[in-house]
Amino acid sequence: MRTWVVVGVTIALAAALFGACSSGSGESELLRTDLGGETTTNALNMNAFSLPAANLPGEDRGRFEVGDSFFTQNWVAAPASTTNRDGLGPTFNARACAGCHVRDGRGAPPNADTDLVEAPGLLVRISVPGTGPHGEPQPDPNYGEQIQDVAIIGVPAEARISVTYTPVTGRYADGTEYVLSRPTYRVVDPMFGPLPANVLLSPRIAPQVIGMGLLETIPEADIRAAALHPPSDEVSGRVNIVYDAVADDMRLGRFGWKANVPTVEQQVAGAFIGDLGITNPLFRAQNCPVVQVACAAAIPGGDPEIEGRSFDTVVFYSQVLAVPARRPLADADRDAQGSKVFERIGCAACHTPTQRSGPSTIPALAEQTFHPFTDLLLHDMGAELADGRPDFDASESEWRTPPLWGLGLVQKINPKARFLHDGRAATIEEAVLWHGGEAAPAQKRFRELSREDREALLAYLETL
Amino acid sequence: MRSLRRVGALAGVVALSLGAVACSSDDRDAGSSALAREVIEHYADGVYASYALSLTEAQAMDEEIDAFLAAPSEEGLELAREAWLAARPAYGRTEAFRFYGGPIDDEETGPEGQINAWPLDEAYIDYVVGDPGAGIINNASTYPEITVEVLTDANEAGGEANISTGWHAIEFLLWGQDLSTTGPGARPYTDYTTAPNADRRGEYLAVVTDLLIDDLQSLVDAWAPGVDDNYAAEFLALDDDEALSYIFTGIGELSRGELAGERMNVAYEERSQENEHSCFSDNTLADIQANAEGIQMVWTGVYVGGPTGPGLAALVAETDEDLAAETTEVIAASIEAAESIPAPFDQHLAEDADDTSPGRVAIVATMDSLSNQTDLIVQSADALGISIAVS
Repeated sequence: MRTWVVVGVTIALAAALFGACSSGSGESELLRTDLGGETTTNALNMNAFSLPAANLPGEDRGRFEVGDSFFTQNWVAAPASTTNRDGLGPTFNARACAGCHVRDGRGAPPNADTDLVEAPGLLVRISVPGTGPHGEPQPDPNYGEQIQDVAIIGVPAEARISVTYTPVTGRYADGTEYVLSRPTYRVVDPMFGPLPANVLLSPRIAPQVIGMGLLETIPEADIRAAALHPPSDEVSGRVNIVYDAVADDMRLGRFGWKANVPTVEQQVAGAFIGDLGITNPLFRAQNCPVVQVACAAAIPGGDPEIEGRSFDTVVFYSQVLAVPARRPLADADRDAQGSKVFERIGCAACHTPTQRSGPSTIPALAEQTFHPFTDLLLHDMGAELADGRPDFDASESEWRTPPLWGLGLVQKINPKARFLHDGRAATIEEAVLWHGGEAAPAQKRFRELSREDREALLAYLETL
Repeated sequence: MRSLRRVGALAGVVALSLGAVACSSDDRDAGSSALAREVIEHYADGVYASYALSLTEAQAMDEEIDAFLAAPSEEGLELAREAWLAARPAYGRTEAFRFYGGPIDDEETGPEGQINAWPLDEAYIDYVVGDPGAGIINNASTYPEITVEVLTDANEAGGEANISTGWHAIEFLLWGQDLSTTGPGARPYTDYTTAPNADRRGEYLAVVTDLLIDDLQSLVDAWAPGVDDNYAAEFLALDDDEALSYIFTGIGELSRGELAGERMNVAYEERSQENEHSCFSDNTLADIQANAEGIQMVWTGVYVGGPTGPGLAALVAETDEDLAAETTEVIAASIEAAESIPAPFDQHLAEDADDTSPGRVAIVATMDSLSNQTDLIVQSADALGISIAVS
């Protein structure tokens, strides 16, 4: 982190000299630096994911700060003097959003020899076969939809999560060997009876929070059009149609690793109740399955524990966190080379470089052209990445294309962060190598690249 | 008033953006100035002296607390509280040395959360209104012994180092919950004599105070001059631009994002009366003033209870005298504005407190001034060819 400040200054200079100043009108969309359109921030330090959209008007700053505070500060057990910050748990995964989304960035999985309690950047979704009334995964009767591995005093935590890694070796076409780590997650010390033999587990890493409001405003028709007319014969993205608790109807899913949540508001509300144990305007019931008697008996921190006014600021905060600018390589030719390889081997077929937003209740987000590198669609990623747990229309091997903006800053902001849904990839390179299913042909072309092209591509990905 | 501040607030971000993408080839190098080296070395001395002073004050508090615990009495408790209040400003001033990943908030080892986390998880520590059996103190079966390890382990669970230690834990154990709208908390000294688990409460207070002393000692050690392998040595080995960017980032981030934003504006907007940092002792205003003074120390080079020498002001004045003078003025004005807020802070957070009341007007004026000074700090860094990013 210390060295990062220098790097930041250097990259800022590089950006100044080679990026913004050389942008011509005929430039490839892959070389744009304004990844978040007019919301883009040029901050490059450890707070680069924590700033408001650059075009956010000054009068919105107060709301942003309040939302930041509720996102970042710990929640405490009820009752407490800080009445609007109490109600943690009774069972939970983290004490604050920022406990997993470190500096609004990505979470870290546990090391093989540590307890998840000490690395809460990952949680484990749980269900039993079948679906609930709206097509959602069927919660386990004793543990619900997620393992909460921490609890307030006097309430048992549900279980602990442990992980072991198995090495998987492979080879590039040029003979270079690589070693990946395949994780096996297990639920240990379950407090309310053994998990059923057919239980479905899905470990999920907390992703960076930037640019969510922009993704929310992409017109649904654009997302559906990309599903109907895939840009390549190799891929066939699908929309996930999920339950919208506000509309009480089925809607297009955009957020979550399986696009299983329709709006930022519901993502935030779901995280409050599921991850922190904070009841909120959307989900007012404590998360205590019937057998968890002490959980149900714990003192709540109000009804709901986060009031509408404060809750809305966290939604707003999550919507307007700025996307950092791309930081082009000092060598402009290599920069362009990397972007061309990205297109040539097929990355852009799912990691759609450019999207446009429609109207928005937040004017700063409206009518923007931006570069998230996602189509927001589900793709079959193959058996290796499959979690075996369907989520609405997403099959056991389908995942939503994650945005790539901010990618190169992820480990600068949280050095322990890892990539892919379960944090199995220590580097961007490993993440690329894990791609399978629809992405298998592109992954094969990646492995067959010359060393120079491969390195140019990885260098380009670091600029995002 | 309000909207002006807010426009100013975002202007900083815009200014940064322009700074980062400007096409100027004017790459001034602060390192060319001999004064830059002096400023950096003086800063390191000042940081060391400030942590050393904080440690001394905390040790004095520790002695009062030990005396109180040896023979608990009303007077002893009052003396311990006075010692806490007396020790607090010296620490508050050191918060100007945060936000660049130095010893205080190093990603791996920084003790900041353990020293000063807020809000405090009261019910994790002791009884609270509505839950008389709450906390580690009242749960001898789960926590048979109260040791430094028990408290630091508890801190780790659930992410952020957090909840059961530091200044505010000591504050809570001395004052108790603030249930009054006009005064601070009123924990009876009998909590340490005849109340249930009085002995365990005393152990907790003693242990958590010792832990604070240890943490402050680690910061003193990290900045001690003349040591080969500590942070001060590492810091002094940085090139000038980088070291200066750290110094500027610390005061820039504290000014607006942390102090004006997180600590003042959130409390102002939320209007929850105990949504303030020193909510048990009603010491929040003094905390705010100490933060503002810490920024001034770094800027002017005049360290309270420590050395006087060239600060950032002198260095910036070499390049832009007017900018340096204006920044000096506004930083002083922020302190004056903070001093003009009527105590206690929490009375201005009541639901029915009028926005035109002198207290709320003074809070806004202080936030405006802090925001203004942040812009000037960013400009000052820029004048030296250093781009910093602060919220």
